[in-house]
Amino acid sequence: MLKRMSNPPHSGGCPVADPLLRVDKLVRRFGGVVATDHVSLDVANGELHAIIGPNGAGKTTLISQLTGHLAPNSGSVWLAGRDITNLPAYRRSALGLARSFQITSLLKDFTAADNVALAAQAHSGHSFRFLADARREAPLRRAARAALERVGLAVRAEVLVSKLSHGEQRELELAVALATKPRLLLLDEPMAGLGATESARMVKLLSELRHEVTIVLVEHDMEAVFALADRISVLVYGRVIASGVPSDIRRNEEVKRAYLGDQHVATLHG
Amino acid sequence: MKRPPNVQNLVAALVVAGLLLLPIYSLLTGNVFALTLFTRIVILALAACSLNLIMGYGGMMSFGHAAYLGIGGYAVGILAHEGIGSGFAQFPAALAASAIYALVIGALSLRTRGVYFIMITLAFAQMAYYVASGLARYGGDDGLTIYKRSDFAGLINLSNRVQFYYLCLACLLGTVVLIWRIVNSRFGLVVQGLRSNEQRMQAIGFPAKRYKLVCFVIAGTMCGLAGALLANNTDFVSPAMMYWTRSGDLMVMVILGGMGSLFGPVIGAVVYLVLEELLSQVTEYWALIMGPLLLLIVLFGRGGIMGLLASRS
Amino acid sequence: MLLVVEQILNGLQFGLLLFLLAAGLTLVFGIMDLVNLAHGSLYMMGAYFAATFVAWTGSFVLGALLALGATLMLGIVLEYTALRHLYGRDHLDHVLATFGLILFFNEAVRLIWGPAGLALPLPSWLSVPVQIFPGIYYPAYRLAIIVVALAVALLLYLGVMRTRVGMLIRAGASNREMIGALGINIKLLYTLVFGLGAALAGLAGLMQAPILTVQIGMGENILILAFVVIVIGGIGSIRGAFLAAIFVGLIDTLGRAFLPDLLRQVLSSAAASTAAPALSSMLIYLLMAIVLVVRPEGLFPAVRR
Repeated sequence: MLKRMSNPPHSGGCPVADPLLRVDKLVRRFGGVVATDHVSLDVANGELHAIIGPNGAGKTTLISQLTGHLAPNSGSVWLAGRDITNLPAYRRSALGLARSFQITSLLKDFTAADNVALAAQAHSGHSFRFLADARREAPLRRAARAALERVGLAVRAEVLVSKLSHGEQRELELAVALATKPRLLLLDEPMAGLGATESARMVKLLSELRHEVTIVLVEHDMEAVFALADRISVLVYGRVIASGVPSDIRRNEEVKRAYLGDQHVATLHG
Repeated sequence: MKRPPNVQNLVAALVVAGLLLLPIYSLLTGNVFALTLFTRIVILALAACSLNLIMGYGGMMSFGHAAYLGIGGYAVGILAHEGIGSGFAQFPAALAASAIYALVIGALSLRTRGVYFIMITLAFAQMAYYVASGLARYGGDDGLTIYKRSDFAGLINLSNRVQFYYLCLACLLGTVVLIWRIVNSRFGLVVQGLRSNEQRMQAIGFPAKRYKLVCFVIAGTMCGLAGALLANNTDFVSPAMMYWTRSGDLMVMVILGGMGSLFGPVIGAVVYLVLEELLSQVTEYWALIMGPLLLLIVLFGRGGIMGLLASRS
Repeated sequence: MLLVVEQILNGLQFGLLLFLLAAGLTLVFGIMDLVNLAHGSLYMMGAYFAATFVAWTGSFVLGALLALGATLMLGIVLEYTALRHLYGRDHLDHVLATFGLILFFNEAVRLIWGPAGLALPLPSWLSVPVQIFPGIYYPAYRLAIIVVALAVALLLYLGVMRTRVGMLIRAGASNREMIGALGINIKLLYTLVFGLGAALAGLAGLMQAPILTVQIGMGENILILAFVVIVIGGIGSIRGAFLAAIFVGLIDTLGRAFLPDLLRQVLSSAAASTAAPALSSMLIYLLMAIVLVVRPEGLFPAVRR
């Protein structure tokens, strides 16, 4: 089951001593398409590591394999020295891995507070309690309130998710992930579909969070990525073509070629 | 979930009041038939409530729920046949047998989802039907007569129609209260969350299958109780109790009343069975009307009766 | 030895009949995403039509052909009037609506043909035993069923794999929107596919009619077996349905034939007589349970879309 072993020898990319997350030669195929092509990368404890790449590069597929929603064909994933490759999603959550989804994935019939409280509940003992009203559990409600305040949604706590705006739902995704008190936060395009003000708010929030939790950020918004990231990995057609500090990535010829024709190339030349 | 609006509460209260007062009406008018009819309605309402727990709240569409009616019923019938007439033995046996069956079938069926889950629960229920048909010792296809109702050592006399009715009603109301507590508990929120978005629940750390299985077992056990009561009501058990069309009937009651609402299944059971009774007095071929009626309900009646009432308030 | 061969052939024949039923179900489910519980009713109608038309025309073959056509028409009418409104809806809605249809059909049959079943006698030329191996005889009719069912299976395979219409069907199964976008009349395609499914069910019903009694509710019993076949065979796979159907047919027939004797060797006679029928009926479901434990997606699932 869970193996406490030293990390496998690193191959390619930017090796880090004692990483929080190590991905080793991950491969995932869908029929004839190789969505994840021997991806290896390290995420150091406390860093904000961004993953960028053109559309169709396989970013969400990669995230899904890291969180346990999709099984890789080969390769391994290590969290703090533990091999989690075959662990189901809920076990990884217990180990401190949290995720926000690219396509908003919340409990639509519940309120914002309920969503966050459930996340807190998952990490607060077992849930085989059948008689007591869970909505009256003060610690859970307090934890939910705290997470909602963090993302600025406290005033909308009792609103049904289906009635929240898109931007508020993205913020709620973040709050839900935070409520599980993670060590590693995997954020899949948290700014997708956000307007300018909302994006700025999200960037500010992430810059505060980075000091408390290790973050892997998948994003298209280049301004945000270059403002926030400690290191960047670039994914193209399922392969990591470059990995390093932002200034190196900016100068990398292969990366520029990959983005040629894309509207973001202007930002890269900056 | 949000607090139910007042119209729904009012209707629920009226129905409960009506059910409580029914024996008095029956005694006053001498209409014994109404009492026996409503005893059956109350028992099936209990079964429908248990199905609502897994279907309405849990999102698990089981088409094999009538199996528990049979299992609970046969537990009583077989024990009675073998000379064990005490209700204190029969009823726990009915509950235990239902729980074990639910555990095994649930563990297998929950490996699938969607329409396959529906098919598999249906298949397993039909298996139970065939097994019961093959039990020659206990009547096989013809069924098993129960000559003496469950004996509760003087605490309550099941042969007395009024006492039996109130026992069934107490079981129904107790079940409704229990379900109310369950759905608002930690466990209930998890189950409802799993219905809403299972992937999200797994991501925040809930092992889905475990919770769904426990919910499945709870519902099966509750329905086993209904089965034990049903056996006493008809003084007879037969494989027909578990035939898959009975599972369909239960599903219809739940959906008609309003899936996922607390009192919906009770209302659904009352309306469905009263309608069936009225129609069958009008014409022998009532199913000819019932069939297309179901079709229309599905096509146009979203949220059942409770849903209709909710949109009014 | 004779008995074993006969039972194997019986199992094959039953399996092929199950395949016809399961193929129709899988087609409709795979292409229109429609769960049709009333599929068993179409099977029943095939049998009832056959019994009626054979009695009217006096000819078995003619009656059978008319019954097939009638069931096809019935399927098309059903799709056109009622079922097409269910496309795109929740599967639960399908289950309920088609459940209502079952009630309606059973009652309608009771109204038209009465509650007692019908009998469909075989013409003499089909009742003779045929020598298939030296010394081994098998009823001509059952042999005919095997031949016809295999021919239909082959036609189905060729039709789906080799023709343009078949290509549309397979493409429609994997991408409905695209088919519509190609300008192909998808409504017509769906109606035809449903008609095909209905015809398959009706064929199974009319072929089975002389062997079993034609009665109300005959469709439901066998429908569940068809479900079991689909679960064992695998999601969306006609090849899987074929293999699973043969498998299920053989296990069920051989089990019912030989399990009682096997049990009598191991248990006391009384225990064996009690347990045998129950256990025989359970065999298929036990098989399904094993498959579910070992391979929940079925033994031969089609390639994932």
